[in-house]
Amino acid sequence: MPELAIETSGLVKTFGDTRAVDGLDLKVPAGAVYGVLGPNGAGKTTAVRMMATLLRPDGGQASVFGHDVVREADAVRRRVSLTGQYASVDEDLTGAENLILLARLLGHRKPAARARAAELLEAFGLTEAAGRQVKTYSGGMRRRIDIAASILNTPDLLFLDEPTTGLDPRSRNNVWDIIRIVVAHGTTVLLTTQYLEEADRLASRIAVIDHGKVIAEGTPGELKSSVGSGSIHVRLRDPATRQAAERVLAETLDTAVYLESDAVALTARITGGNEAEQASRALHRLAEAGIVVDDFSLGQPSLDEVFLALTDHRATEEAAA
Amino acid sequence: MSTTTESGTTYAPAADVLGTVLTPGAKPARPSAWSASVTFGWRAMLKIKHVPEQLFDVTAFPLMMTLMFTYLFGGALGGSPTKYLQFLLPGIMVTSVVMITMYTGIEVNKDIEKGVFDRFRTLSIWRPSTLVGYLLGDLLRYTIASIVILVIGLVLGFRPQGGITGVAGGTLLLLGFSFAFSWLWTMLGLLMRSEKALMGVSMLVMMPLTFLSNVYVDPSTMPGWLQPFVNASPITHLVSAVRSLMRGTPDVGEITWVLVSAGVLIAVFGTLTMRLYNRK
Repeated sequence: MPELAIETSGLVKTFGDTRAVDGLDLKVPAGAVYGVLGPNGAGKTTAVRMMATLLRPDGGQASVFGHDVVREADAVRRRVSLTGQYASVDEDLTGAENLILLARLLGHRKPAARARAAELLEAFGLTEAAGRQVKTYSGGMRRRIDIAASILNTPDLLFLDEPTTGLDPRSRNNVWDIIRIVVAHGTTVLLTTQYLEEADRLASRIAVIDHGKVIAEGTPGELKSSVGSGSIHVRLRDPATRQAAERVLAETLDTAVYLESDAVALTARITGGNEAEQASRALHRLAEAGIVVDDFSLGQPSLDEVFLALTDHRATEEAAA
Repeated sequence: MSTTTESGTTYAPAADVLGTVLTPGAKPARPSAWSASVTFGWRAMLKIKHVPEQLFDVTAFPLMMTLMFTYLFGGALGGSPTKYLQFLLPGIMVTSVVMITMYTGIEVNKDIEKGVFDRFRTLSIWRPSTLVGYLLGDLLRYTIASIVILVIGLVLGFRPQGGITGVAGGTLLLLGFSFAFSWLWTMLGLLMRSEKALMGVSMLVMMPLTFLSNVYVDPSTMPGWLQPFVNASPITHLVSAVRSLMRGTPDVGEITWVLVSAGVLIAVFGTLTMRLYNRK
């Protein structure tokens, strides 16, 4: 059995009447990126704060590399580091000062602390900005100094709480690359995100969280196949033919058809397997009906669709209860 | 290097470069309580270096207090400003420095909202060191305020009979008490939701505490029902002790009272602060 970096069972945290985390069970294998995916307010940050010893759980248990996060908090702290949603560095201090400060707190002596800071600033392309206060940094630079601080003593487990929220695409790609490199060197990463694409690209396993509970767990592939269908996306030449096209697709595929905001586009779920064959039959029927198709594509369900399907399902269950 | 260095905007992470700075397993021993506290003290100094405006309250405020009370009340209360100053100066020093301690709470309150506190709290260090570091930085601020007041006092005609030793002793006692008293503010800083609320509570504590004391006038001139309150005030005890030291006639009873209450303050509010800090 592979070593577990994190194991939680029945983890609970309440704030007043809200159960922010409501019986969370997680098993995070060591040595890879584990994605925790959920919308705003799903309890991701609260869960991470408990696992990182920042918040005391109200119920249940959590352990990191076998150490209980409450009883053996210090042993946990020796092995983890955290990059929070907001920059976890001192904005009044310069980049270099932040890293030296942290190096000292991690037990490096003064000369070693300076050397380590300089080395990290160089590796993260921040040498030029080393003498500037962090509050003058761009979003991407802030994230980098933050991650540099987190790997000052390379941790066994790194918590990244929504590390790319609010970043431009280039900076986001940089963060993704950094995460891949860090993991390749043996650090386990727990990544929370609300972007399905991010989890899909980086994580080897994903837990989907909603209302403080895990509602689905598995590899990205497993999650997609659990929803079990692809879709066909069609663009028509003439918007006036859309109604007719909708009828044809609904009849052929025996499924719901979504009209997109673009007046010539529509998407239909394909259920029951053999997607390519069903799609070509549908296109054939459209041609027979005299509807001109400009473009079409066949897609696997995106994690977005998986997510919506999972949360939708839960909402209906709740309504029925 | 012949090539130009990468600028911040064109940075792209390179696996070989990043790989060399990743050192799994290599971890130095955890720093001692003292070393961690001093490092946090260094952080406080750096903040003063980057935001020197924050020294305004430890320079301009004491200057204003000393000048205002010496010349406003000196003639009426002590016969002449210079005579009154001999009585007032140790007291105004105590008032100013103890007033300044409340900024400690505001600093903590502002900081706790920021992400950097989360990082400190996930470190394997002696837990109180983060807060002790603040207070070490604040000791510097209290020292500056004390020196400012002493210098103005000397310029205006303050002539302490206790000499350099007496003045130094009085100042050290004041700094020691202020350090202990600051734990009240760190506790409130962690407890209160906003800076404004904290400011309100601070003023509510500080105004009566400093005015209902022997700083400005002798308590024997006050109505009988008020005297017990004034004489029981920690500020009254502290001022008496500091005055006695600066006058060159140390009052051992008052000094002991101050030292013991400082110990109690740390024991009570230090413990409550750490409890809140760990729960936050």
